[in-house]
Amino acid sequence: MTPQDDRPVPPATDGGAPLTRRQAKDTARQDEVRLENAVETAGGELPPPAVPAPAGTAAAPESTLLQRIMTGNALVAFLSVVLSLILGGLLIALTDPNVARASSYFFGRPQDTLGAAWTAASGAYSALFQGSVFNVRGESFSQRIYPLTQTLTVATPLICAGLGVALAFRAGLFNIGAQGQILIGATFAGWVGFTLHLPAGIHLLLVILAGMVGGAVWAGLVGLLKARTGAHEVILTIMFNYIATNLVLYFLSTPAFQRPGSTNPISPQLDATALYPPLLGSAFRLHWGFVVAVLATVFVWWLLNRSTVGFELRAVGANASAARTAGVNVSRGYILAMAIAGALAGLAGVAQVSGTEKVLTSGVAASFGFDAITVALLGRSSPWGTFAAGILFGAFRAGGVAMQASTGTSIDIVLVVQSLIVLFIAAPPLVRALFRLPAPGAPRAGKGGTTTRTPASTGAAA
Amino acid sequence: MSTATTAPARGTGDATVRSWKNPIILSVVALFALLVFALGAPGNDVTFRLSEENDPIVLPSIVVSAQLIGWLAAIAMIALAVLAILHTRARRKVPTWVPAVFAILFLIAFLTWVVGSARTPNVALYGLLAGSVTLAVPLIFGSLSGVLCERSGVVNIAIEGQLLFGAFAAAVAASLSGSAFVGLLAAAVAGVLVSLVLAVFSIRYVVNQVIVGVVLNVLVSGLTGFLFSAVLSEDSERWNSPPRLPVIEIPLLADIPVIGPILFQQTIVGYLMYIAVAVIYVALYHSRWGLRTRAVGEHPKAADTLGVNVNRMRFVNVLLAGVVAGVGGSFFTLVAVSGFGRDMTAGQGYIALAALIFGRWNPIGAFFAALLFGFATNLSNVLSLLGTPVPDQFLRMLPYVVTVFAVAGLVGRSRAPGASGIPYIKG
Amino acid sequence: MKLELIGITKRFGSLVANDSIDLVVEPGQVHSLLGENGAGKSTLMNVLYGLYDPTEGEIRVDDKPVTFRGPGDAMAAGIGMVHQHFMLVPVFTVAENVALGNEAVRGGGMLNLQETRTRIRRISDQYGFDVDPDAVVEDLPVGVQQRVEIIKALVRNAEVLILDEPTAVLTPKETDELLGIMAQLTADGKSIVFISHKLREVKAVSDVITVIRRGKVVGTADPSAPTTELASLMVGRSVSLTLDKKPATPGEVTFRVRDLTVQADNGQRVVDGLSFDVAEGEILAIAGVQGNGQTELTEAIMGLQDHVTGSITLGGNELVGRKVKDVIRAGVGFVPEDRSVEGLVGTFSVAENLILNRYDDAPFARGLSMSPSAVEKNADEKIAEFDVRTQSASAAAGTLSGGNQQKVVMAREFSRPLKLFIASQPTRGVDVGSIEFLHRRIVAERDGGTPVIIVSTELDEVLELADRIAVLYRGRLMGIVPGTVSRDVLGLMMAGMPADEALAQAHDVQGGNL
Repeated sequence: MTPQDDRPVPPATDGGAPLTRRQAKDTARQDEVRLENAVETAGGELPPPAVPAPAGTAAAPESTLLQRIMTGNALVAFLSVVLSLILGGLLIALTDPNVARASSYFFGRPQDTLGAAWTAASGAYSALFQGSVFNVRGESFSQRIYPLTQTLTVATPLICAGLGVALAFRAGLFNIGAQGQILIGATFAGWVGFTLHLPAGIHLLLVILAGMVGGAVWAGLVGLLKARTGAHEVILTIMFNYIATNLVLYFLSTPAFQRPGSTNPISPQLDATALYPPLLGSAFRLHWGFVVAVLATVFVWWLLNRSTVGFELRAVGANASAARTAGVNVSRGYILAMAIAGALAGLAGVAQVSGTEKVLTSGVAASFGFDAITVALLGRSSPWGTFAAGILFGAFRAGGVAMQASTGTSIDIVLVVQSLIVLFIAAPPLVRALFRLPAPGAPRAGKGGTTTRTPASTGAAA
Repeated sequence: MSTATTAPARGTGDATVRSWKNPIILSVVALFALLVFALGAPGNDVTFRLSEENDPIVLPSIVVSAQLIGWLAAIAMIALAVLAILHTRARRKVPTWVPAVFAILFLIAFLTWVVGSARTPNVALYGLLAGSVTLAVPLIFGSLSGVLCERSGVVNIAIEGQLLFGAFAAAVAASLSGSAFVGLLAAAVAGVLVSLVLAVFSIRYVVNQVIVGVVLNVLVSGLTGFLFSAVLSEDSERWNSPPRLPVIEIPLLADIPVIGPILFQQTIVGYLMYIAVAVIYVALYHSRWGLRTRAVGEHPKAADTLGVNVNRMRFVNVLLAGVVAGVGGSFFTLVAVSGFGRDMTAGQGYIALAALIFGRWNPIGAFFAALLFGFATNLSNVLSLLGTPVPDQFLRMLPYVVTVFAVAGLVGRSRAPGASGIPYIKG
Repeated sequence: MKLELIGITKRFGSLVANDSIDLVVEPGQVHSLLGENGAGKSTLMNVLYGLYDPTEGEIRVDDKPVTFRGPGDAMAAGIGMVHQHFMLVPVFTVAENVALGNEAVRGGGMLNLQETRTRIRRISDQYGFDVDPDAVVEDLPVGVQQRVEIIKALVRNAEVLILDEPTAVLTPKETDELLGIMAQLTADGKSIVFISHKLREVKAVSDVITVIRRGKVVGTADPSAPTTELASLMVGRSVSLTLDKKPATPGEVTFRVRDLTVQADNGQRVVDGLSFDVAEGEILAIAGVQGNGQTELTEAIMGLQDHVTGSITLGGNELVGRKVKDVIRAGVGFVPEDRSVEGLVGTFSVAENLILNRYDDAPFARGLSMSPSAVEKNADEKIAEFDVRTQSASAAAGTLSGGNQQKVVMAREFSRPLKLFIASQPTRGVDVGSIEFLHRRIVAERDGGTPVIIVSTELDEVLELADRIAVLYRGRLMGIVPGTVSRDVLGLMMAGMPADEALAQAHDVQGGNL
């Protein structure tokens, strides 16, 4: 292997086994090594639980603004999105029947093939745009901006659950379990919503609370198991997702949950008092859940960056041994981080069950729990980054539905584009190589330099 | 020269810090068995059929009293729990056979109770077992893929994606070529493609392995889903009607009751599975490649200082894992059903991951863990036909619950390869 | 085999770890490489062993230039290395570890471990190693593990053996045994490159000494050269090897340990029935070879260990069973032995690390809400006071040098009123300049009336700081002796001899002082 110029700082995850103290130490030591490696890369590459550069850690003073943009993360993120969209477009074009037809005489008239390819890809993407941001053909203003409100509606659960994943990430926990947490949260919320009949206001509050408690309990259980037994949270959360799905299906077959007179696994409609009121009037599906998502983002930002709890969680995530030595209760940190993450995912469940769907089914979480992982990754586990990523992916999803309806392009393309974005963003050297951008920290360096690691501490030397 | 030691003395003081975990769990489970399987046993007899009437060799069915079995098993389990308590009190280690025998007793008691309580207390044991093996085939391939990756230090969450892409490629290639064997080959290639992305991103670009795995699963799901609706369902005659792999029956051996169909009446994928388990096991523990693989997964730096190219070793292993999981994926479209369906692997890759951990990163262990999970799934299918008192959903979540118990160390500690999930950065 | 390094330069980015180093290792010689932590010794050896590519320069074996693309090439050329941190796979058997990378195989790539076992036994018998090929490495004592490393090199027909700080983990007795092995090896015509920063050892074993400072060869010395001359060569200025400190004026005994026993998870008694006192205004040093219970003792005091029995009282208050946070709040300052793992969060800023165990106290937090300005102000003060060399308070602590990292940890612990101060390996991996600074701060804390416990495996440090010395061996206390005791006595105690016997024996053989 040739030495790599710049390396990301991945989060400390290990195999999938109980983490002994010694292993934890080894992991921490590995992190130190990686940190040293990352020193060279000015600002690090990949996020996860790594701390965002605190204000003031700007690049070296002599680097120009242009240089910083050229080597910075923002450009890589932008290019990743562009690259993914191009690849997605190619895929659309390649599978388009018109393109296939034109390509049969490609060598006769290549422009037909290329034209058809352009038409297919641009048609799909324009439909995607019109379905997610602005409908050009809309007759009234509200029709024109309707897609944007749809985007925000879809983004609501994505943001909430994404925040949960991001927060756990920062505490060093890989929370794959947002899906299950959304489901259980939605179940709790839904039950309160259709079983209790309470006055407006209180009912909704109780629904929100129940959803958060549901998610928190489900995720907190994972935190508890991790803290007590050392079981790896990746495996636990994956398993808990499946258990949750089956549990909800079971609930929906019991009289307490099943819609009277129905044999299908579907609950009664939630009371009107239990629903999020529409935010922009009844013409739009956007509901107050979006405002809750914004508040949740603010809260998570404060929690992580300005609160003692956040300090503890970040310390546990970055170096559990040091946190323990400094008097932080690491077990409590794991449980708390998971519980808060679960509560946030539970909010996503509430957004679904009392905002968009209004009934409880086993499909109420759609695939938001899994999308939330990519949202958090794209958002680099920072609260506002996650917020922005949630809106982007919300746009993809909302636009994807419109695209599928108008051009027949399957919404699955959205999954492809999303996952490509995350992959590219995680590997900045690849993106830089593809676009021939300079590597950070080495504006003029060619390839040859073995800038493998800087022994910033004396580790490398005797 | 003496072997003076600098390490803290071994064996001074007590043998172990007493752990009451095992005895407590055994006692609770034994009590549960007493209450449910013995006291709650149905009054009727239970029939386990061992062969069909027109089989060449017909074995008589086993007919037992549900109460008798329930009581016997419960008492034996209580005895074992007491044994564990005594051992722990005497600060001795509980022998490893105790939980093993306990688990088998529990399984027998549970099976007898659950079948006995069904509307038709009569089950074809041979069918139950054969079906379990069939359902376990992709799981076994998947977990072997995980073994190859994790043993060399790369966490493979992308098993699901490898299986799915293998299934997709097998369906398309077999449909286009008209040959199921071409499909099998294509599946292997598809698995390698997924592996290639995993390897390039996690080894070359040092992206977190769990992230790559998770994202790859989404990518494959999206890609196959997109192609399915854009291409396959447009002309499914041409793209998505693969021929099935033929079942190859080995004469005479296949006639052995119960195990005959399991071992000697399989498609080539089934036989490949047995071969893969054996070959990977032997190679891992007895070959040069295996020694290096394990070293790279446990202590890559040590391997590096001895001239083993760590990252190349990992790369090759991840690609090999792709072959294995890809072939496993072909099971879905060339054996189970004839044709690809959107997200048809339905999380089997994750269960394979669980089997890998439950099987303690050992090919044989993973094999049996996958069989257990296959058994649980098949049992839930069979029981829903028989009419069972246990809600279907609980049977379906059984593999996942068992896995949670496994990773939580309640069923014995499992120890992952030391460097699994940690990228190797030279220097 | 004659080995030559000519003009070896190794750069990491802008940092020059090795600057045109020349070195000649003659057959049958012990060639010592002496230098401080961070002087570039290990980097040089990693270049020689093919782990790093040299930026410039040439390696010659028997006057023929060679290039090593990896350790495999170096081993093929007859170079073997015993790393400071053993490169052994813990779950493998000795045979598997020895075979790795150099496997004897039958047809089809299948291992022939029998062949390897035979080779191990042959070497083991030749040098009297007493190593069982089928033992699992993680179950072996450190000294035996080191021999497995030597076997690994010998099986590969190494002619030049690099030993990187080989004595750091050994008892004095084991060290003697290692020196014996080295003599046997050189008698067989093999040459040894011995890397160390311990002057006395180097003087004892070497034929030639090359001193390295800041990546450069600063001189070659004869083993008979006086210690002070070697030291000043190594450090680059004349150093006083002793710290000026006033005699202690111990006050009231406020810290008491009684019958303290700590069990590891596997039931081993890693600390076994310890009792001792520390008075206000004195330094008790805890000496011993690494891994004899020192880590567990300090962690037990801090509340970081699980299975603790006995009693630890500070000012009359029991500490056993208290949470870490309570122990810190009770006024115990703690510098853990591995700062990058336990002392600091590498990705956190220096400012955040300076409040790592005080983040929820005033003025840094009010309720749940933290005050960034208070954190910054504190950081600016401490950075100035402890002369921490960092780009800014918001730089990640992991980017600092070892000495500066340690200053951050010390600054944090000294920034609140202490009733007890514990420092484990306070100067490990720290440059000489910082060592003096840190030592002075520790003595100042003592003079301020705080009971101080120093845990160190470096005898020099122990003798320099201690008012009294307690020696641990296999978790047991071998006795407490005055800080003025001779090295011989400490050496005997560290090998497991109770204090009275050791004092008597050292008295008998008076004279053989190294």
